[in-house]
Amino acid sequence: MSAQATSSMPRSSMPDITYNFAYLDEQTKRMIRRAILKAIAVPGYQVPFAAREMPMPYGWGTGGVQVTAAVLGPKDVLKVIDQGADDTTNAVAIRGFFEKTARVATTTATADATVIQTRHRIPETALNENQILVYQVPIPEPLRFLEPRETETRQLHALAEYGLMHVKLYEDIARHGHIATTYAYPVEVAGRYVMDPSPIPKFDNPKMDDCPALQLFGAGREKRIYAIPPHTRVHSLDFEDHPFKVQHFAKPCALCAATGVYLDEVILDDKGGRMFVCSDTDYCNTRQAQGHVGELGVPAEDAA
Amino acid sequence: MSEHPLLIAEGLGKNYGARLGCRDVSLEVYPGEVLAVVGESGSGKSTLLGLLSTELTPTAGRVSYRLRDGRLADLSTLSAAERRLLMRTDWGLIRQNPADGLRMAVSAGGNVGERLMAVGWRHYGQIRAEALDWLAKVEIAGDRIDDDPRAFSGGMRQRLQIARNLVTRPRLVFMDEPTGGLDVSVQARLLDLIRGLVSDLGLAVIIVTHDLAVARLLSHRMVVMRQGRVIETGLTDQVLDDPREPYTQLLVSSVLAA
Repeated sequence: MSAQATSSMPRSSMPDITYNFAYLDEQTKRMIRRAILKAIAVPGYQVPFAAREMPMPYGWGTGGVQVTAAVLGPKDVLKVIDQGADDTTNAVAIRGFFEKTARVATTTATADATVIQTRHRIPETALNENQILVYQVPIPEPLRFLEPRETETRQLHALAEYGLMHVKLYEDIARHGHIATTYAYPVEVAGRYVMDPSPIPKFDNPKMDDCPALQLFGAGREKRIYAIPPHTRVHSLDFEDHPFKVQHFAKPCALCAATGVYLDEVILDDKGGRMFVCSDTDYCNTRQAQGHVGELGVPAEDAA
Repeated sequence: MSEHPLLIAEGLGKNYGARLGCRDVSLEVYPGEVLAVVGESGSGKSTLLGLLSTELTPTAGRVSYRLRDGRLADLSTLSAAERRLLMRTDWGLIRQNPADGLRMAVSAGGNVGERLMAVGWRHYGQIRAEALDWLAKVEIAGDRIDDDPRAFSGGMRQRLQIARNLVTRPRLVFMDEPTGGLDVSVQARLLDLIRGLVSDLGLAVIIVTHDLAVARLLSHRMVVMRQGRVIETGLTDQVLDDPREPYTQLLVSSVLAA
């Protein structure tokens, strides 16, 4: 075999690297799958796992990438989004990574994907039971900023002592008159564990409840995996007299006129001009192709 | 006072490796009673308080506590969950340094409300009303409810710590030098406040102090410790006015008359 390898050596000075399917070796993937199975068995519980160094810096989705690598099969269709967009650096880099190391098909259409890795959003198109949503998580511990000791937060989770979480919401109301937490809004999963849904806007929180798709969360630096199995009750914490509310947008999307979706603000000039457009680029493009036009949009046939 | 003791310690001992923390301490506390533990620095007072409040695990002996249902339970047999529930509902713990007992980055209202939220209160308006009520009880102005304790003076912090502990109406409160580090006039007001709350709420208190004046003002009975052992117990007046042990006599005679 070594003779063969030598004879097929390319002339270039670059070594010819053959990656194992989806980059990670099989033993590592087994280890991660075991953690995922445990996480699914105990919804919302943070399962420690031996996160590996990945060929990208921490904070760029090393946890999500490892979870994706462990669940990805050769027939899967992968979609990667970053803040809802398919064409931002993080999304393009991770999509390229798996095209190269796993040679899987990729897509930007939510409905066509079987595995969706996401940073900070849940797609607007409803997910189905054949899909897996993989979240990139920077800080998995919802109690972290209230209780810095890991030993203590584990105790609090074990004994379901979540009074502290409400102290944070109390402080919000005391300071701002309403619950001012707008992202990484804490949720209670299956009536037991309180979980950080990663920094998705609280607008997306209701989508996690009773979702038919499997939701997996990977935190690479913190070495934790947690999960929400399909059709699980996910409840956003609140007070009886200050119930949970999602953000409301005054205007529809400026490009596709969609309402009831999460919008990004785009600054147009230095004279205060701005527009609000869908953060989910696939959803917005699909709607524009269907002929929906917002106030600043151009009809699809004219643009082409 | 009820005839059944609330807390019973039997043959309590704690060693830190080869060093002695305290040894063979037995005592009883009755509902509504204030028990002072006095002694010089290093006499094992704080170790004893730690053992009684289950913060430390004893090397010998045991502590039993009468739960609200009247059952006398050995604290070491309670599960961690039961012990913690006890800590945040039936007990209070006032620390010498308020910064250790308060959440310094959380507003006064949040500090008082934390225990309520921990036992399941989920109505913001009610939590806030209760917090305001307790701030008034410890003489903190209502308009300070949204300030965090970093903006409070030492005396106010200590009063806030008291409110935070008493909000769930505990039956037993542990106090570790609650007036330490405060100037004399603030001390006097704080002692007055504690005395009022204790009698109003019928609290049982175990107070550790090296200050005999504090013990005289607050406590019904006292325990004198030296080198990890209890050397004298009795009614406060009796121990202070007619000390039996030479060490207690020394302690009493060391107090400076103003």
